[in-house]
Amino acid sequence: MSDNVLSGLAEIVEEVAGVAADDVTAEKSFVDDLDIDSLSMVEIAVQAEDKFGVKIPDDELANLKTVGDAVNYITSNK
Amino acid sequence: MTSGIEVVITGLGATTPLGGDVTSTWDALLAGKSGVRPLTHDWVEKYDLPVKIASQLVVDPTEVLPRVEARRLDRSEQVAIVASRQAWADAGHNDDTVDRQRLAVIIGTGIGGAITLLTQDDLLEQQGLRKVSPLTVPMLMPNGPAAHVGLELKAQAGVHAPVSACASGAEAIAWAYRMIMSGEADVVVAGGAEACITAIPVAGFSQARTMSTRNDEPEKASRPFDTARDGFVLGEGAGVMVLERREFAEARGAKIYGRLAGIGTSADGYHITAPDPEGVGQSRAIAASLRSGGIDPADVGHVNCHATSTPVGDVAETVAIRKAIGDHPVLTAPKGALGHLLGAAGAVEAIVTVLSIRDGIVPQTLNLENLDPAVTLDVVAGEPRKIKLEAAVNDSFGFGGHNVALAFTPA
Repeated sequence: MSDNVLSGLAEIVEEVAGVAADDVTAEKSFVDDLDIDSLSMVEIAVQAEDKFGVKIPDDELANLKTVGDAVNYITSNK
Repeated sequence: MTSGIEVVITGLGATTPLGGDVTSTWDALLAGKSGVRPLTHDWVEKYDLPVKIASQLVVDPTEVLPRVEARRLDRSEQVAIVASRQAWADAGHNDDTVDRQRLAVIIGTGIGGAITLLTQDDLLEQQGLRKVSPLTVPMLMPNGPAAHVGLELKAQAGVHAPVSACASGAEAIAWAYRMIMSGEADVVVAGGAEACITAIPVAGFSQARTMSTRNDEPEKASRPFDTARDGFVLGEGAGVMVLERREFAEARGAKIYGRLAGIGTSADGYHITAPDPEGVGQSRAIAASLRSGGIDPADVGHVNCHATSTPVGDVAETVAIRKAIGDHPVLTAPKGALGHLLGAAGAVEAIVTVLSIRDGIVPQTLNLENLDPAVTLDVVAGEPRKIKLEAAVNDSFGFGGHNVALAFTPA
């Protein structure tokens, strides 16, 4: 798993949702652990697309349950 | 009056161009301060707007709210949250003091999330759909301020958002009165919020020729009842009060600021923006507030006026006051200092009225130097006046011909 992608994603999550970047770790669920709602997930996805140069279609976004899911998706699609 | 139910005020909260809370606002009002300052936004020069002043918050809500909370809220919602938290704490409420199904929130706004609407429209135009915030709709909807406060307090007796232009804040308080009197709620958090100091509202009001262009003397621009008045000054802010059924408040040992004895509402049926110069609809609202409160007009010592510093409106209001109450009430117009907070005005000025009764003091009408000869009533000017009040009325009127009068009495 890419540490650069993880730390970059953590920065976005902190900016959008106020979760401390250190708490944004691979095993955490966006909804259940980090208390991020569907509206914030859209913002996070748009910022991640810009930051990492990937496309995250809505049907893919729905599958990204954990931070690790997102890091893996971004790493393999950028 | 036959129900035996009384509505009392137990908590106050505000953020205004005179101060970041109720105490600082009240002190600045009595001290003769003005909230009107030059606009420094780039859109003033960009569009060559004729109005270059506004009554602007002294404490920005983003300084008070956590960053992530603030970025999810329109500015009108931010000020509602700030004022509501103050009022809730001031009332001594906590998680256990009221059954949430007996708690309502009613917060009005005149314009709603105009800043969000314009910002997001710019993003759509310039950067496309992807950049439009998924929070756009909950940030721009006019029920947003009420909804966010209601959610925070978990109010489940009802969350409402009256929209009646510059009467919205007073209309919210009138609605709270009705909910308590009808037995629908024991406690209601009610008020108004407005934050629309941005290009299109300023341009629109300017084109309607309703705003002061005294740009070279911002602090003297808002001058209700003065012969040299030339329009209102746009303001921003929020005022919120906690209203309760008296028995409920007394049972929990709450301090009581005063009583909302009666309310009156009416509509002019005259013109979309101009008030009826004969003040017929306005006087009906004032008379109704006294009737519903069982108040003898002779006992009304003071009217806290809506007077916005426009040539027509200020005089029409005094005609209405004379019709409904008589020649004896002492008047003031807080918009001389506060500017016009639109949907928040009625709520902030209701708070001022409650404090006038509590402290026995009526603030001066700032910038009233030469009373319009068409006004034959006693308007406080120069400095505050000490006066013991048995009852006082607060007027609020809005574009559309909405009229609201709130009649307050001592605790």
